[in-house]
Amino acid sequence: MALIWLILIPFLGGLACWLGERWGEGVPRWIALGSMLLVLLITLGLWWQGDYQWPAGAEADAVPWALEWRAPWIPRLGIAVHLALDGLSLVLVALSALLGVLAVLCSWHEIRRRVGFFHLNLLWILVGVVGVFLAVDLFLFFAFWEMMLVPMYFLIALWGHSSATGFSRIGAATKFFLYTQASGLLMLVAILGLVFAHRAATGELTFSYMALRETPLSGEVAMWLMLGFFLAFAVKLPVVPFHGWLPDAHAQAPTAGSVDLAGILLKTGAYGLLRFVLPLFPEASQAIAPLAMGLGLVGIVYGALLACGQQDIKRFIAYTSISHMGFVLIGIYAGTELALQGVVLLLVAHAFSTSALFILSGQLHERLHTRNLGEMGGLWGRLGSLPGFMLCFIVASLGMPGTLNFVGEFLILFGSFPVAPWTVAIASAGLVLAAIYSLLLMQRVHYGPPRGEARLAALDGREYAMLLGLLALVLGLGLYPQPLLDTAGPAMQEIPRLFDEVAMPSSTAVPPGES
Amino acid sequence: MTLTATHLLALLPLILVCAAAITVMLGIAWRRRHGATVALTVAGLLVGLVALLVLWSRPPVAVPLLVIDGLALLAGATILGASLVCVALAYGYLERYPGPREEFYLLLLCAAAGGLVLATSHHLATLFIGLELLSMPLYGMLAYAFTERRSLEAGIKYFLLSAAASAFLLFGMALIYAQTGRLDLAAVSAVFGERPATWGLAGIGLLLVGLGFKLSIVPFHLWTPDVYDGAPGPAATFLASVSKVAVFVVLLRLVLGTPGFQQEGLRGLLAALALAGMLVGNLLALRQANLKRLLGYSSIAHFGYLLVVLVVGEGLALETSGVYLVTYVVATLAAFGAITLLSSPYGGGDVTALYHYRGLFWRRPWLTAVLTLSLLSLAGIPFTAGFIGKFYVLALGVEAGRWWLVGGILVGSVIGLYYYLRAMVALYLVEPGLRRHDAPSDWAGRAGGLVVLGLAVLIVLLGVYPGPLIEWVAGVEVAAAG
Repeated sequence: MALIWLILIPFLGGLACWLGERWGEGVPRWIALGSMLLVLLITLGLWWQGDYQWPAGAEADAVPWALEWRAPWIPRLGIAVHLALDGLSLVLVALSALLGVLAVLCSWHEIRRRVGFFHLNLLWILVGVVGVFLAVDLFLFFAFWEMMLVPMYFLIALWGHSSATGFSRIGAATKFFLYTQASGLLMLVAILGLVFAHRAATGELTFSYMALRETPLSGEVAMWLMLGFFLAFAVKLPVVPFHGWLPDAHAQAPTAGSVDLAGILLKTGAYGLLRFVLPLFPEASQAIAPLAMGLGLVGIVYGALLACGQQDIKRFIAYTSISHMGFVLIGIYAGTELALQGVVLLLVAHAFSTSALFILSGQLHERLHTRNLGEMGGLWGRLGSLPGFMLCFIVASLGMPGTLNFVGEFLILFGSFPVAPWTVAIASAGLVLAAIYSLLLMQRVHYGPPRGEARLAALDGREYAMLLGLLALVLGLGLYPQPLLDTAGPAMQEIPRLFDEVAMPSSTAVPPGES
Repeated sequence: MTLTATHLLALLPLILVCAAAITVMLGIAWRRRHGATVALTVAGLLVGLVALLVLWSRPPVAVPLLVIDGLALLAGATILGASLVCVALAYGYLERYPGPREEFYLLLLCAAAGGLVLATSHHLATLFIGLELLSMPLYGMLAYAFTERRSLEAGIKYFLLSAAASAFLLFGMALIYAQTGRLDLAAVSAVFGERPATWGLAGIGLLLVGLGFKLSIVPFHLWTPDVYDGAPGPAATFLASVSKVAVFVVLLRLVLGTPGFQQEGLRGLLAALALAGMLVGNLLALRQANLKRLLGYSSIAHFGYLLVVLVVGEGLALETSGVYLVTYVVATLAAFGAITLLSSPYGGGDVTALYHYRGLFWRRPWLTAVLTLSLLSLAGIPFTAGFIGKFYVLALGVEAGRWWLVGGILVGSVIGLYYYLRAMVALYLVEPGLRRHDAPSDWAGRAGGLVVLGLAVLIVLLGVYPGPLIEWVAGVEVAAAG
């Protein structure tokens, strides 16, 4: 039952926010904060109680879920409301809830218009995302996948910033929606193709993830269906040729929107690859692994290079996200246990550090009323402790040892090396680029000749607490990542097993990445 | 054959609606009372609906010209339900209309009866009678506000083009008759058995042209946006829902009941029409700044999607068309309902330009929520009714391996999404100094308001819990032609 509440609480909370607006501007904020905290507490409670170890000597038919909830929905089409939780989804749900809390907090002063409707959208994004992380019925999964776009669209279109020169906020929101919807529809077609292939093989019409995993598919069909799924997740991640929406969406979104985008929505892409693409189509995934890793490499370098040339601080951070997601992609398609554990850690780390940077740039914008790097500079010493925090998170983002980002990137590179040594070698060079753009950002914002003498407002208690909390998490988990590994690790053992099975029958298969 | 009680019972819905029309006519002749006329109309439609539901579990009944089977009942229920919505909307809309108000309901009842005949017909004669009984009152309804230039234009335009389409239809029927000597729908099947069947095939082609015009299938769609735009709100609502459902059902009966349509050539033709509809409808809607025209183009696209059912014509086809029609009608009724409410009471021309809708959310949040939901549903976003319909059509296309059509649906949906979003976001934008159009402040308490809110709830309900609808539609069967 707890699982359905994870979805219902933000849903009802959102409605309450909308209706609660009439009793004052503060009411929706507190309702939103309360429901986000409640979701967070439930997830932490589940974490505390649950046992996320993979059943010893995993049988193929063992149910891998720590928690399950199932109700019939459209029995005629074999569709059920089927929610399930394992270590991977638990980590990501907890992350979403935490970032949800931060998103409410960071818009406390930024959003002053139509507070109720804003928080409705904020909470409903969480409904969609938690639904995506929990659904193991493909129809339900798709429904949540598409549904979370609508509130995000409103968030960008109604509360975003229109830059004077570039894109309008509505344009950015529409672009975001169209990219994801177009690729999502392809995924729907692939889902249907898979379901009908399953029916052709077994005579049973079902959308259940566990059943569809057993579908026998011919190589060519599997490849096409896999591409349908891959494209949808690649757009969300984003993988480089499909990243066009990300910088615009980030640049025009309000701070809370950016936090949700970077911290939660991008993670759904990686989650989809881990949960659906690899287990459903191990052969086809193995076959495109070299290509996917190549795209990851391109992403690392491309994101880093373009980041250096940005004038808008939020676009800057958006491009660094693309670069980081390149590592994630490489780790996922390396498919070794170590690399996959690194992927989970990097996802969490990236969510923390990038959200923190977006929150910081939101705070800069509140004080300077600009996001243009050219108009910043020399802010160190004028802003109280803000530059110090920024330095910490930039250092985290470039993967300094001691932070969680380092552990993640290190594990990915270490785990991918046996599979694809050259890819790893080039990707490591990307770390140097990361150092360059990170320091460039710091330099342009906080050092150099100051533009004025007046001291700007220092961080207040709320902002201080948010940043300090994030920093503690980045450092704490960076020094002791074992809880995360323990939780998400068992769920990650499945994929290497599948990959090995694929590789086993034909020992002559070329290891991916050696071309 | 003799008419027995069973036959009479089966025809009861039609008889009741016709009786209501006559009663309303006599009532108007006796004394003009807006409220009483509406009450009579509603009563007639409701009794008809109840009679339909009574028939539900009974086996199909066929009389020489009509057949009352599951499909007819489903379509009939949709038609009567949509007519009720139109009556509720018209009541508020015509409240301050300067001219005569009561005749609108008379026309509406006649057209609803025509729709029922059409949905139950399995003979070319009833097909024609039903179509004309549906169309003739529609001319009057579309041009009802005849002092308004655009309404008159809409009526005349629809009249002229519709008459031309009827001529095609009649000529087609004549050719089929010349070939086979029969006029029942089975004659259409017989055409394919004849060698050479040139004239009969030409007749079928003309038949399709006539029906395609009513459904605004590309390339017979040119009237749609103008007529939608000019027509008074309730009439446009009726045109977009009842008329489309009735005509599509008869086309469905024609195609599914005729094995000859399974030929690859004819299927290819239908597939081409479907693709053209999806793409043309959506592309033309892209730059529209007028909400009613936009919905007109969107309906063209939707019937493009729906044609996929005819192309595949087997497996889930019947179920798909039922689900799609119901979800489409619900969404369309809600969208037009919201527009009509904003234009109520009648004050010369409807509120149609998109910029009139700017910032509506901050004045009328619930009404905007209705309009948003209906647009989302038309765009096919999950957890709204429209998604279930789109899902079914896609599933049908994938199952039959019609990849071109699947591709068309994908491209069409993405293009469609762009303009639905554009229309939707306008509802929430605030810019100072705009002319403000508004629904009466007590809109939600009125009949039209309640109905529209109910439709919005239905959109969500069908989207979140479509099980009952699907089970219901899946049980529908078509009586064999003959």
